Amino acid sequence: MSEELHEITLRVNGHDHAVAVPARRLLSDALRLDLGLTGTHVGCEHGVCGACTVLLDGAPTRACLMFAVSAVEAEITTVEGLSQPDGSLGPVQQAFKDCHGLQCGFCTPGFLTTITAGLEENPHPTRDEAREMVGGNLCRCTGYQNIVAAVLKAAELR
Amino acid sequence: MTTKLFGTKVPRVEDDRLLRGQGRYVGDVFSGQDALHAAVLRSPHAHARILDIDVEPVLDVEGVVAVYTYDDLEDAMGEPLPLLIPHPTLTHGRTQYALAKDEVNYAGEAVAFVVATDRYVAEDAVARIRVRYEPLPAVVGIAASRAAEHLVHDDVPGNVGARMEQHNGDAPAEIAKAPHTLTLDLDVERSACTPLEGRGVAARWDPDQQRLQVWSSTQTATGVRAAVAAKLGLDLRAVDVITPDVGGGFGVKINHPWPEELLVPLAAMRLGRPVSYVEDRREHFVASAHERAQVQHIEVGFDDEGRLLGLDVMFWHDHGAYTPYGLIVPIITSTQLLGPYKPRAYRVVFESIYTNTVIVTPYRGAGRPQGVYAMERTMDAIAAYLGKDRTEVRAVNFIQPDEFPYEHGLVFQDGRPLTYDSGDYPASLEKIKQLVGWDEFPQYRKEMAAQGRRVGIGLACYVEGTGVGPYEGAHVHIETSGKVKVATGLTSQGQGHQTVFAQLVADELGVRFEDVEVVTGDTRRMPYAVGTFASRAAVMSGSAIHLAAKRAKEKALRIAAEALEADVDDLEITDGVVSVKGAPGASISLGTVAVLSNPLRYAFDEASKSATQFAVGDPDKPPVAPGEEPGLEGKDFYSPERSTFASGMHAVIVETDPDTAEITILKYAVVHDCGHLINPMIVEGQIHGGVAQGVGGALYERMVYDENGQLQNASFMDFLMPYVSEVPETIDIDHLETPSPLNPLGIKGAGEAGVIPSAALFASAIEDAEGIEITAMPISPSDLFTLREEHR
Amino acid sequence: MKPAPFAFVRPRSLEEALEVLGAHPDAKVLAGGQSLVPLLTMRLAAPAMLVDINAVPDLDRISCDDDGVRIGALVRHAALLRDEDAARTQPLLRLALSHVAHPTIRNRGTTVGSIVHADAAAEMPAVLALLGGSVEVASVRGRRTIEAADLFAGPLESTLAHDEIAVSAWFPALRPGERVGFAEIARRHGDYAMCGVAALVGPERTRVAYLSVEEVPTIVDLTGVAPDDVGEAALAHLDPQPDIHATAAYRSQLVRVLTRRVLEQAA
Repeated sequence: MSEELHEITLRVNGHDHAVAVPARRLLSDALRLDLGLTGTHVGCEHGVCGACTVLLDGAPTRACLMFAVSAVEAEITTVEGLSQPDGSLGPVQQAFKDCHGLQCGFCTPGFLTTITAGLEENPHPTRDEAREMVGGNLCRCTGYQNIVAAVLKAAELR
Repeated sequence: MTTKLFGTKVPRVEDDRLLRGQGRYVGDVFSGQDALHAAVLRSPHAHARILDIDVEPVLDVEGVVAVYTYDDLEDAMGEPLPLLIPHPTLTHGRTQYALAKDEVNYAGEAVAFVVATDRYVAEDAVARIRVRYEPLPAVVGIAASRAAEHLVHDDVPGNVGARMEQHNGDAPAEIAKAPHTLTLDLDVERSACTPLEGRGVAARWDPDQQRLQVWSSTQTATGVRAAVAAKLGLDLRAVDVITPDVGGGFGVKINHPWPEELLVPLAAMRLGRPVSYVEDRREHFVASAHERAQVQHIEVGFDDEGRLLGLDVMFWHDHGAYTPYGLIVPIITSTQLLGPYKPRAYRVVFESIYTNTVIVTPYRGAGRPQGVYAMERTMDAIAAYLGKDRTEVRAVNFIQPDEFPYEHGLVFQDGRPLTYDSGDYPASLEKIKQLVGWDEFPQYRKEMAAQGRRVGIGLACYVEGTGVGPYEGAHVHIETSGKVKVATGLTSQGQGHQTVFAQLVADELGVRFEDVEVVTGDTRRMPYAVGTFASRAAVMSGSAIHLAAKRAKEKALRIAAEALEADVDDLEITDGVVSVKGAPGASISLGTVAVLSNPLRYAFDEASKSATQFAVGDPDKPPVAPGEEPGLEGKDFYSPERSTFASGMHAVIVETDPDTAEITILKYAVVHDCGHLINPMIVEGQIHGGVAQGVGGALYERMVYDENGQLQNASFMDFLMPYVSEVPETIDIDHLETPSPLNPLGIKGAGEAGVIPSAALFASAIEDAEGIEITAMPISPSDLFTLREEHR
Repeated sequence: MKPAPFAFVRPRSLEEALEVLGAHPDAKVLAGGQSLVPLLTMRLAAPAMLVDINAVPDLDRISCDDDGVRIGALVRHAALLRDEDAARTQPLLRLALSHVAHPTIRNRGTTVGSIVHADAAAEMPAVLALLGGSVEVASVRGRRTIEAADLFAGPLESTLAHDEIAVSAWFPALRPGERVGFAEIARRHGDYAMCGVAALVGPERTRVAYLSVEEVPTIVDLTGVAPDDVGEAALAHLDPQPDIHATAAYRSQLVRVLTRRVLEQAA
């Protein structure tokens, strides 16, 4: 028996994408496989690591804890949508580069989206607030020191 | 003007791509292509005989393309996986099959392999395969393995894979006549690398060219290539292995070939379609590798000053169900245990033993954390026994700066004598005491006690053999555009190799950093290489790249000297232009030199056109003179006599909650000596990451197996990898730069250092805070509470 | 880790949702999904159908009056945490919500969903139980109110029937003279707690709720117990369970310490 496909439109980084997906397609997989937006990474598929975090109507959301068919009415932003209109790095991206806030880069997209939203809500975080902002994302490489520094730097660059 | 980049915090060239989401990890390789996806049926039992596998129900599942079990494997694929590093004492080495044959020996062992149109369907199919097992008793934990009431492998008596002894002097005799003796029994549990990206492999078979292309998130592309070729019966030349961006390794990706590294290429060949597999998080826990578990028994004899007279160590190393990586981990423990110290006599015996649990292969530190734990716990015990300061006892045992090279009289992991090349341990100790405030701590403790707060300070020292051989190579190619293309064969998992290697090349060649592009881990570009492990990339490939760049430079200068009618010694290269010192105007770009280096010179580009003004080459000789090659290239290999030994000391101040036994880090300090630093920003990043991993290993992470060999915490929910909230807010780092005399750059490895002393360090600090002997790590608040209850 | 196949509907009205749910005994409601989706990806649950109620109108409302706070089934933890009226009406909500997982999970996860998921380690079931709140459920058969005391049947088991949707939860307001406290200890910040304690202290009564101690959120009445004895008094009513992160004895110790701390906080 062939699995039913749902014709849906996902609005990602300002563009509409019409795709046909099975109901069980996780949003993370739809972004990666159906839309080719492989910047969103999958690190645990149970919502703990945060690598797949995207912005859903501006709010950080785990793409692995959502089905694509549930994301139809939302404006989705992935890491690919964080650069400046002229193609240069966005402030959070630039801060990560300046502060050596990434090593292997696998968890990085989830941090970038989370911090982008976090700074919208709190443009001038204290050091403690910066730590709190990234408190739900796992990184195995950096030890977080430089990621926290990057949050503070990004606040300056914005 | 080209400024020297060695030693400066050059921003990483890797970052732009990764920050834009344009990284290309193995799971991204076939993005947008019609590729197949694989899933693996894994044993639910820790130990069982396979009676029957029925794949019939799978064949109906729409989208399933192939199902393989052991019976579908032919020739070399039907043989056990290789034992990568045999050792004479590994008398009973065993490895698994790519797909289990007759028996499974850990929960998670691969039993069947499904290829389908997508991973969802592949998992549906896996769920439908019916396997009949006859469960056998599971051997879980070191105690059960030693008791050997049940055997993991019927033909391995006592569950002992290897027993190895090394000694220098007569430790038992020294202990017998020592003024003081102590005995310690210590325990370290399992942990694991858990990179954010799991293992993955993708493969494509090109039937026209009869070529196999394999992408693997491996730490050794050349190793995987050789394994795939051998197992699939292909010529080496027919296999390319490419390491794309890799989402962290930390050791687990050095073991090879993993079953999937063979099965995916096999499927791609048989099916004639691209096939991709990336393990999921649960699989990473139950089917990759763990490390660290050891039980240690230490007897030590010492004098009134705490000098080690005899040190006699016996330990049992849990290597899991199979031994694909040989004895590397316990050999490192047994040798690196000595740290910066020089006992008069040392004996170490270990048994590497089987359990029905996930295999053990190196995890960042690779046996060193356990060795340091044994040694540093011993130092603390001696200090406590003698009523001396812990730093004093260490100081009297240090190898002194004038004693290098220092020979321990043992054989190291690389089969070479354990000989330290350089170091300055007394200076490190002074620095760490300053940095953490060691001498001021008693006063601080008093002040905190007055507030009802309980604090402790800990210290741990280590020496780390880094940059082990046998070799790495590099190829440097200066193109006619003046751009420099560099290839080295070992792989990158986020260390910033492309940046630091480009720094070395830019410095040596005198070209702009932006003009250097480095490729790692692509067997098409550098087919001879070893791999990324043992903190060896900077030392090995860095040195090789330096040497290769030097060769390219020599050739460039030779040609330029002829073109400019100048003496080689009068030339300098700045920003990619060779000029005669003190003669402005007399210059030639490296791109033009590259044109001149090749007698075939179509004027395709500006560099070629401008080259026409120069005349090089002897008209009486062939266009490519004997001993010459066309092109401006340099290739070289670096193969050191032996490893170089980095060292360091960590100190920590912890607070333990008198009520809840929660453990909080108040201050963390690191003194680190890896010789000269190529890029201090990257070295510090390595230290930060290592420390966080160390904190995880000491206070949070463990593999909880039940008595049936089921892993109870195979998720990030229950395997407690630290978030930012669990790591120290700041890490104070001080560097000492004792150059290595063994390589041209005076460098030592830095990748693993941060994680090595953690278990010892936190045990020391918590013991200091609590006044209770800490003999088992990691330690959780619940464990500490239990200890308190036992010592009430 | 991919879910098994399921049918999917995304109704536009509550009536439609209830009809579908009533017609499919093996259907499950999907709201925030922060607990449900991992169960599906690990194939620990495999319902034949998911009824996604995220497009059902009017379920995302928070309404406060003097009696309490009512929240609809689609109110995200984050929205409730931000709501000033709710925080004023019942301060325990904000105290407890700040401990629910990490902010990203709170952006999507719903408070009502968390309550009916009935995880004994979760904060909001214990809060509802402590405050004596209730959940309003609807089905094609009609509506009913389930008091918190009757809601939690066992680990991950509520007393909702399969065809019922929890449309709202109601938390009674803090009454004059009452104080609340909340504390928990987790292995990592944001993890499920090894032990969590919520307290409601009023002129006549002192009630304390425990999460992660037993298999369901547990309420203990500590009215009139001397401050030095609260921990032992609580333990007399509790049977702390061991797990891989805490022995039973350690969990008992956390009960002692946190009970005291939370009651001091609420004093």
